[in-house]
Amino acid sequence: MTERRRIEVSALARVEGEGALHLVVEGGQVVDLRLEIYEPPRFFEALTRGRRADELPDLMARICGICPVAYQMSAVHAIEAAWGVPVPPAVRALRRLYYAGEWIESHVLHMMFLAAPDLLGLDDAMGVARLHRAEVERALGLRKLGNRILILLGGRSVNPVGVRIGGFHRLPAPAELRALGDELRRARGEAEALLRWFVALPVPSRPQDVELVALRHPAEYPMNEGRLVSSGGLDVAGDAWESAFEEHQVQHSTALHARRREGGTPYLVGPLARVALNSERLSPAARAAYRGLAERFARPDPAASVFARGIEVLQAIDEALAVIDGYEPPPAAALEVAAVPRAAAGAATTEAPRGILHVALTTDADGLVERLRIVPPTSQNQAQIEADLRALAPNVLALPEDQARRTCEAAIRDYDPCISCATHFLTVSIERREPGPCAST
Amino acid sequence: MTAPGTGAPRRPKLAVFKFASCDGCQLSILNLEDELLALTERVEVANFLEASSRVDAEGPWDVTLVEGSVTTAHDIERIRAIRARSAVLITIGACATSGGIQALRNRADVEEWKAHVYPQPEWIATLAHSTPISEHVKVDAEIQGCPVNPRQVLRVLVRALLGAQPDLPVASVCLECKRRGNPCVLVTRGVPCMGPVTRAGCGAICPSLGRDCYGCFGPSADPNPASLVRHFEAAGMPRADAVRRLRHINGWRPEFRRLADALANRGSSRD
Repeated sequence: MTERRRIEVSALARVEGEGALHLVVEGGQVVDLRLEIYEPPRFFEALTRGRRADELPDLMARICGICPVAYQMSAVHAIEAAWGVPVPPAVRALRRLYYAGEWIESHVLHMMFLAAPDLLGLDDAMGVARLHRAEVERALGLRKLGNRILILLGGRSVNPVGVRIGGFHRLPAPAELRALGDELRRARGEAEALLRWFVALPVPSRPQDVELVALRHPAEYPMNEGRLVSSGGLDVAGDAWESAFEEHQVQHSTALHARRREGGTPYLVGPLARVALNSERLSPAARAAYRGLAERFARPDPAASVFARGIEVLQAIDEALAVIDGYEPPPAAALEVAAVPRAAAGAATTEAPRGILHVALTTDADGLVERLRIVPPTSQNQAQIEADLRALAPNVLALPEDQARRTCEAAIRDYDPCISCATHFLTVSIERREPGPCAST
Repeated sequence: MTAPGTGAPRRPKLAVFKFASCDGCQLSILNLEDELLALTERVEVANFLEASSRVDAEGPWDVTLVEGSVTTAHDIERIRAIRARSAVLITIGACATSGGIQALRNRADVEEWKAHVYPQPEWIATLAHSTPISEHVKVDAEIQGCPVNPRQVLRVLVRALLGAQPDLPVASVCLECKRRGNPCVLVTRGVPCMGPVTRAGCGAICPSLGRDCYGCFGPSADPNPASLVRHFEAAGMPRADAVRRLRHINGWRPEFRRLADALANRGSSRD
């Protein structure tokens, strides 16, 4: 029986998560704060070495079940940059449609499964459905539409298989795109209604001073191309991530942290940064929604990111419609992919639902991967999440344990951190120390 | 099912747990857009961290779904504790049923891998091997696939709740291509398709797009990968590519592992 009890304590206590928040408080001040992430590493940067570069779309998708498109596509762009593969205009347009599908499915998942329960003080979307069934069904319908786009281009929505270097294995038939367009037109009103419902909820406010970072494109809302820009005046080529940012390891996380190379400061990526830095590129409907919420975007406020997601769902629907309405099937010859493997280096940054995702790689003369570097959006936001919590912590210390935990969890979920490491995981431990003569460090 | 001593019906308890994985198989459950609400009304979702803040870590649970592979010493303890509290335990996905893509470490030097990815490898705790759940505890049913087919999960779940055995496919992807009327990419175009040795269940997605199946649903029942590899090599595939075809998402499954090891070590595909 002794052994069984030991298991109960040591193993099941951690069933609550792949992460924990540790707060050390001294005399009412937060002296230490660590967002621990102990998601077991899977070593993608190591396991891809020696694999054929054309296997990467399939391998990279496995990094994240929620945003496989951004992982596989960032790698595809990096390979195309390295090998000088031409991309026909029709393929480029369909790739925007593909991203739009992932943004819709991922953003609506966050809005209804993560944000709505927090805003209503409930445990989950099933609880929300008991009170607001029509809204949950509307969200599920929108997710289904996002997934439908992924299925059309990728065969399935999780770990889609339709992408290859230079294009797609199969192009959609015009009739398939038209049918999808009809659904998208119907969905625009649903997306507007969903956003209106969130606007009426008691969304808190937590403005802060943080540098916003996103891609920017001269003519388009950024998805898979553009320059890396920031609210602090950064403006470099999209593949030059390493010139402005760097990764470092902290002992309490299996995900590397990122910071600005200059000054080592945290920064914020994701829909809030994208919308703020690209508002003039939004579609008319999305821009109208943005203007209506202008005061919530006056200063960077992670709590308002749910609105940014709602606006981007509208944007993604309009992007998808623009692609479908303007689609011209390419001549077959344009699809003969001229992907000639060679020893080369390439890099690319694209906008995953959660923010910029950077991939840099080198291949050898046979087209095998020599080195691959992956910088996911959630690891870039980790330092900012900790800074946010450090500012929030003094306000929750007086709250009962359960309420303090919920408040901190909700703040973390505002960043839509990859569900695998941050959904409903938090054990909050607050260590209160008496200030003493030796406490100055 | 009835609550003890009352005879009153109670909702069966469902738990979902995650180990090393991408979360995609759990997401496949949430992708049951049309059935999700009905399902969660009929079962009590006692523990499903990807979907709910409600945490019932004590159990017992009537049906437990497990995603992910075992890669840490702590995970070995954790899966044993979960098994002890689960009436029926079903593993979902390639990670849980084969060790997943992260099992590529099993034929590599994991210490070197740690040092390749992390500046401070000594801070990272991980086992040398990534292993399927069934290497550690008794598993009542395995649903293969990377990711699992949500329809299969729903079907197996409903049967488990009724006390019935799962009825999962045993045939290969070839059967699904025949049903869909796909021209065979291997025979007609020489595309190195893994369909002949891969379990049905996805609906032959890849060949339907005109490309090769890469085996993400794992081995079919009694596959003959040696014969398939001889065919690939006769058509000119280099040995290293053949090994890579086998050492993929389900590469740690014995059906693929043994042949890959033999090819890599002996330099011949003939047993």
